[in-house]
Amino acid sequence: MGGSNGKNINLKLKVWRQKSGKEAGHFAEYDAVGVSTDASFLEMLDQVNEKLVAKGEEPIAFDHDCREGICGTCGFVINGNAHGPMKGTTVCQLHMRKFNNGETITIEPWRAKAFPVIKDLMVDRTAFDRIISSGGFISVDTGNAQDANCLPIPKPDADAAFSAAECIGCGACVASCKNASASLFVAAKVSHLSHLPQGQVERKERVERMVAQMEAEGFGSCTVTGACSAACPKGISLTNIARMNSELLCSALTKKEGVAGDGI
Amino acid sequence: MSKLDSQTPGGPIESMWDDHKFHMKLVNPANKRKHNIIVVGTGLAGASAAAALGEMGYNVKAFCVHESPRRAHSVAAQGGINAAKNYKNDGDSVNRLFYDTIKGGDFRAREANVYRLAQVSANIIDHCVAQGVPLAREYGGLLSNRSFGGAQVSRTFYARGQTGQQLLIGAYQAMMRQVDKKQVTLFTRREMLDLVLVNGQAKGIVVRNLLTGAIESYEADAVVMATGGYSNVFFLSTNAMACAVTAAWKAHKRGAFFANPCYTQIHPTCIPVAGDMQSKLTLMSESLRNDGRVWVPKMQGDKRHPSQIPENERDYYLERVYPSFGNLAPRDVSSRQAKYRVDEGRGVGPSGVAVYLDFKDAINRLGKAAISEKYGNLFEMYEKITGENPYEMPMRIYPAPHYTMGGLWVDYNLMSTIPGLFVLGEANFSDHGANRLGASALMQGLADGYFVIPYTIGNYLANHKTEKISTTHDSFKEAENRAKSEISKLMAVKGSRTVDSFHKELGRIMWEYCGMSRNKDGLAKALQQIPKLKEQFWNDVKVPGDANYVNPELEKAGRVADFLELGELMCHDALERQESCGGHFRDEFQTPDGEAKRDDENFCHVAAWEWNGEGKKQTRHKEELKFENIKLAQRSYK
Repeated sequence: MGGSNGKNINLKLKVWRQKSGKEAGHFAEYDAVGVSTDASFLEMLDQVNEKLVAKGEEPIAFDHDCREGICGTCGFVINGNAHGPMKGTTVCQLHMRKFNNGETITIEPWRAKAFPVIKDLMVDRTAFDRIISSGGFISVDTGNAQDANCLPIPKPDADAAFSAAECIGCGACVASCKNASASLFVAAKVSHLSHLPQGQVERKERVERMVAQMEAEGFGSCTVTGACSAACPKGISLTNIARMNSELLCSALTKKEGVAGDGI
Repeated sequence: MSKLDSQTPGGPIESMWDDHKFHMKLVNPANKRKHNIIVVGTGLAGASAAAALGEMGYNVKAFCVHESPRRAHSVAAQGGINAAKNYKNDGDSVNRLFYDTIKGGDFRAREANVYRLAQVSANIIDHCVAQGVPLAREYGGLLSNRSFGGAQVSRTFYARGQTGQQLLIGAYQAMMRQVDKKQVTLFTRREMLDLVLVNGQAKGIVVRNLLTGAIESYEADAVVMATGGYSNVFFLSTNAMACAVTAAWKAHKRGAFFANPCYTQIHPTCIPVAGDMQSKLTLMSESLRNDGRVWVPKMQGDKRHPSQIPENERDYYLERVYPSFGNLAPRDVSSRQAKYRVDEGRGVGPSGVAVYLDFKDAINRLGKAAISEKYGNLFEMYEKITGENPYEMPMRIYPAPHYTMGGLWVDYNLMSTIPGLFVLGEANFSDHGANRLGASALMQGLADGYFVIPYTIGNYLANHKTEKISTTHDSFKEAENRAKSEISKLMAVKGSRTVDSFHKELGRIMWEYCGMSRNKDGLAKALQQIPKLKEQFWNDVKVPGDANYVNPELEKAGRVADFLELGELMCHDALERQESCGGHFRDEFQTPDGEAKRDDENFCHVAAWEWNGEGKKQTRHKEELKFENIKLAQRSYK
């Protein structure tokens, strides 16, 4: 079909196989032969899986969907790095031209107590949904809004909110943190909403509830090593964690007893 | 009487929706909590519907195939969302958005629905901003707009190249707030495998739990489907891997008519195919055509590096053919022009199946920083995929399947031909006619979910006696058995070919004969090949593993089985529509300069297909389209 300057390479894969959360897992070795360097990492796995299926074996299970780096579904650890060696890139956007012929690649799932393994490289990240439902929103029912331009927002604030809101919820931050902390994920949402005038009314309750939910889910504490931000495919900045901590402190110091926002 | 009554209320179009809202019955607040509503799909349309219905006090059960509702493919929409705000003071209005959408759809959409869409578009922007969606702003703090294909005003709101992501996260958060309030119960990793009817009314669904393999039943007083489009019938498309027709197809088999299946949109600016193992195609937002210029060499087979081809040897063909819209000609038109250039032997890149999208002039005019601010993430994505830097070398692009205008038929209230089954967003057929304009899909999904269904579903519930049905009812048992037996059948084949090999073969047939252009002979060939492929599939597909377990191959097999049936219907629909309109281009019906030639006398109607049982030909019903507010005219962008 003829893309750019693709050539073919051969690789050895060491892949984590685990039938279910209840059973023990192990590494299994596979040959990936004749992989086009134009293929994405997931397409390389597709190719390995097609051969496994043809032999009647179960393919390697991994979560994936949009394959353009935005849905946050895919993600596993490649040679010790969440989403692999390329900065700011999800595994679906990682292409095989970044690997050398003959290389051995080790692939394993996100490892965190709050992300139990479902099968092979699939993990359960529903803890993230529960954190969002504990306060990651602005309480406005449909039909209540004023004209959008009644509320000018300085461009720097809007841009800062956007940069935090870019989080795709993939979990690489948790997987790369030695404490399996979800601080960057939570901070991104706290920071997005607290930058905006619409988010002010419930900002104190929000940060308190979201942080409490994060702890209840079994994520570890943050020791600000910055591993999360370095692994983040969207480059979510560590300053968001500082902002979350200051929001939390501010809330604890200034909270009035008996006042609560909508549902929070 | 025709079986298809659009339920369009009548009266002047400007006040039709307001009058209709007043005349619809209401469900009082104390009674809302007694009603269960199922929402299938959590993209823009589904999540917004679940949030809005939960806010009103209904008990909502929301289902998605993904591990989290935030993964739905609306997340990948890049360019923007249209709204008739006229913030630019450049002549926009509800009427103009209405007009552009009808014309863009090549006069094959229902006027009343499109007018309502244009009316509520402004409310969407207000609501999303109130939710904290960080749309792009100017230095003065007000919202920014850009222009998009098929329009001469700037009415597109955006969040860099991630508008879909930001709007989806907004809707997701609104829904998760209702989850916290226990108004919405979330069921993730569930795939809808059947619709359950009791006395002819939609009363529930049967799903497969993708973690345990269990077949589960859920009841409700009404079912809302927002399950997206079917571009993956082509195998290679810009859709996500899990996008499928399965939910819609099962509803079709239970009696929901499928409208205009042949109306598919081939998006002009996608990264070209690079190899046989390619699993999907990636879109490069239409917004790029604001600053990028599309060209090919004037000379056939010109293999020079683009930088070596001087200006006077380049053909900026969109600017040449369509001087008034230029690079912002609508999608169907731009795609066809790219195909013509490739067919002329003037395609570029190693494959010769691509054209250039060049930013050199824009970078010279505005500077690299300004271009990066607008499109930085798209340029990065392009470089990751192709290994080429678009700041230095023009992008290579080519059309790819992207969106499907066809879908389940719905009336003005968004209800299908099955009472109690409502269909929203891309899954329905209603607003885009034969071609969708850019930045209108997000608008339609959110209009349907936030601002239409909350009214029309109340009217249905208030008008129908809603007897509580238990999931032990025979209808549920029958549907469960159907789902189980299809799964057993798939597992029992134990053939020699993988699911993907069938899917790829189907995709090749569809692209060749029912893609960017179609003709009678090709469609006839496809109609011979698809049933054969279907037979092979059921005799030779190989699904490893167990059904009572996480089994992605089994999930794919079920979806491909439905795509095989849908593909056949698309070809029938394309064959019977003996005209060209929008994205449906029949070689036999074109103007002397290669534009789509409609036949308003014979085909100014919606074709809605009725399932008649396995192996039987479906019945084609018509809904005549009347244009009372906009005069039918040959579309021109010249």
